Amino acid sequence: MSTFENPGFLAIELDGAGWDGADLTRAVLAAESAGFHAATFTDAPAPGRANALQRAAFAGPVTRSIALVPEVDTVYTEPFHISTQLASLDYVSGGRAGWIVTAAGSPEAAAAVGRSSVTGAALGQEAAASIEVSRRLWDSWEDDAVIRDVATGRYIDVDKLHYADFQTPAGFPGAGYSVKGPSIIPRPLQGQLPVLAPASLIGGIPVDALDAVLVSAPTPELLAAEVRDVRARVGAGVAVVAELDVVLDARGQAAAARGASFDGGRAAFAGSAPGLTDFLADLLKEADGVRLHPASLFVDLEELGRWVLPELRRRGALRPVVQDGTFRDLLGLDRPASRYATAAAAPAGAGK
Amino acid sequence: MKQHTRAKSEVFVPSGQIQFGVFFQGVNSGTIWKAPESGSQTDFESFRRIAQTAERGLFAAFFLGEGLRLREHLGRPHALDVVGRPDAQTMLAALASVTKNIGLVATQNTTYNDPADLAHRLASLDLVSGGRAAWNIVTTDNAWTGANFRRGGYLDHADRYKHAEAFVETAKRIWDSWETPDGPARRVLHEGRRYTVDVTPRLPRSAQYRPVLFQAGDSPEGRNFAARQADVIFSAHPKFEDAVAFRKDLVERSLAAGRGANAVQIMPASEFILAPTAAEAAEKKEWVRSLQIGPQQAIAYLEQFWGRELSAYDPDGPLPEIDPVVEETSETRGSGFHGAKARQLADQWRAEAKDKGLSIRQFVTSKTARIDSTFTGSYTAVADQLAEYARVGAVDGLNISPWLVPSGLDDIVNHLVPELQERGVYPTEYRGATLREHLGLETPVRSADEAVAAVRA
Ligand SMILES: Cc1cc2nc3c(=O)[nH]c(=O)nc-3n(C[C@H](O)[C@H](O)[C@H](O)COP(=O)(O)O)c2cc1C
Repeated sequence: MSTFENPGFLAIELDGAGWDGADLTRAVLAAESAGFHAATFTDAPAPGRANALQRAAFAGPVTRSIALVPEVDTVYTEPFHISTQLASLDYVSGGRAGWIVTAAGSPEAAAAVGRSSVTGAALGQEAAASIEVSRRLWDSWEDDAVIRDVATGRYIDVDKLHYADFQTPAGFPGAGYSVKGPSIIPRPLQGQLPVLAPASLIGGIPVDALDAVLVSAPTPELLAAEVRDVRARVGAGVAVVAELDVVLDARGQAAAARGASFDGGRAAFAGSAPGLTDFLADLLKEADGVRLHPASLFVDLEELGRWVLPELRRRGALRPVVQDGTFRDLLGLDRPASRYATAAAAPAGAGK
Repeated sequence: MKQHTRAKSEVFVPSGQIQFGVFFQGVNSGTIWKAPESGSQTDFESFRRIAQTAERGLFAAFFLGEGLRLREHLGRPHALDVVGRPDAQTMLAALASVTKNIGLVATQNTTYNDPADLAHRLASLDLVSGGRAAWNIVTTDNAWTGANFRRGGYLDHADRYKHAEAFVETAKRIWDSWETPDGPARRVLHEGRRYTVDVTPRLPRSAQYRPVLFQAGDSPEGRNFAARQADVIFSAHPKFEDAVAFRKDLVERSLAAGRGANAVQIMPASEFILAPTAAEAAEKKEWVRSLQIGPQQAIAYLEQFWGRELSAYDPDGPLPEIDPVVEETSETRGSGFHGAKARQLADQWRAEAKDKGLSIRQFVTSKTARIDSTFTGSYTAVADQLAEYARVGAVDGLNISPWLVPSGLDDIVNHLVPELQERGVYPTEYRGATLREHLGLETPVRSADEAVAAVRA
């Protein structure tokens, strides 16, 4: 994966668009017309941030090609709700939904729902359990469960509905629980939504539960090495996405003078659009995708759309954007059969 | 923001107006899926079309129901009716971007949600929609639904409204927490029997201050809860005499709760079967009923009460002579039927059907839910009927469950709404930008509590 024989994709974090409907529309349309492949929505407990999944849902009907990928916490959110909300996002976006798994470790998140806080390795285990619940529930209706058979009066074929019967594994750190199923919504359009998680949760989350990992490094110089490192751990079947904060020279102001404050923990690129283009072109030889976190959404998005993405496309570094394509298509993933589908229809190991 | 407040009054004053809402049920036996024009129940286009048609007809609100476990029949998922629907708030957030005015009402229960999380998500929906969100509060409490949740089925039926009230109080404090539109936010503490909540809210108030509160539940506790907490009650009493009696009951409860006689609006569930003439409407009704209650639906309906397979019986013949196998009725879970002694019920029904000369199918058609909630007739006759509802203030609005998706509102919007407008009993434009304004509800007054607002229950 070291040349543009495998062009990559670009995602942009739209947090700066706030909660206002008009701003959200403007941001996601700007990102789509700039040629971004995916928009992400953070769920960190910061003031003024509306629910990430709802912001993604709002963006669904006004867009045609951009994947919509909210962060959803797995520790203090009911897994059943997560699963049905994400499946619904897939319906309202025409199969362009994904999920960035997060695991809230803050005492504030625990206090809000009156639970004791979860930390350390337990976070990954909580996340893994929630992912497994969601994946089972998404599969709990086989694709052709809705039959609408007038002759027999049956709307669904109950043989194609399945109880998820999830039970937290032995040694689960928090209070164990079970989820019965089936889902209350038919299988999502993509069958299974692509599931992404930060590399820091790998271990707690088994690699084969994920479709992509988000990789951070402290500096831009270390990012490609970190990507290679994670790639070695997860293999070729899981997409590797590099995380990058970005502030560009814009509107006659040097990037350094724009006073961007990044929250740390992520590599930050400050400089000119051509400089960023070169940097991304190199990075995309190692990573399947890069997620950009712009310092100022609208200012940097304009620069990116005008200078950076067109040049990356010209160089062949980017995958084509497919109108009405699914997020799985973008990631090069097949649509899996339901794990519960009858043996003949389901190859072994399918269903991720 | 424009304000349409009414003075707090001891006497109920009819507004002389009727509003419409649309209840996209998603799971039910009333929506016809067998006709060629029956569309998808999950595709976004169905929701968009219904919501946009409703908005063209100046409907106050678009409602989505909720059920957190699939209904079952004889121990398996129920195969015969429409089933499987998107999550309410996710769908409404998507609809917010393709509508401008219509209110967006999410049915969400107080048992399988966490108050801080639900309050935050509703506040989000309210902000992204520009002040159009509402919460239809329901109190599902069975362990069978609880099997889908981490906290499990922990709530006794008797406690459902106690818990709901603490839940709603906490949500209100959360929505109340910002001093000004720019902050700062007050920390909200609630130490309850079921939950402890300690949160500093992240979202400011919306253009309508906070989501409008609907309540759907019919017991005396449910009505009292609505009288204390809700802006609107989603009732099950659309028939004229029942509606008038329900209004009287609710006015008394509102006054007893220290609120005005007009404080809680009433919007019953309803169904419309309309045509240019009465004869055509009657014919259409036959057709609608035959598709709602087909032969299999009729048998399955009896099976719920008999607790056994009855597929050997002829739907066009008499009720089964064999007896139910269970002492207590085995309801279609989640459908809201209440238990009765099965044997006794069977005897009673057999006698009734024999008396009236009804076949299984005819009998079940006569028993099923929407019969009482149906307005059938010509556009003009139904408009006259509704004008009378408006004149006496029997209801504030009607929540229409379309029996066809996605075209089910077309004739209502194209023909009934103009008739009502001519009679001066239906809005001719949206009154403002928010749902609270459409409904003419008072803007809540922020409570004057200290920096930390603590509720105990
Ligand atoms: C018109 C109406 C609509 C309702 N819709 C729902 C619904 O969508 N989801 C749900 O869980 N319960 C729904 N309910 C049930 C109520 O929320 C409540 O749980 C039930 O009526 C029991 O409360 P009660 O004993 O006060 O009636 C509805 C009730 C009414 C009257």
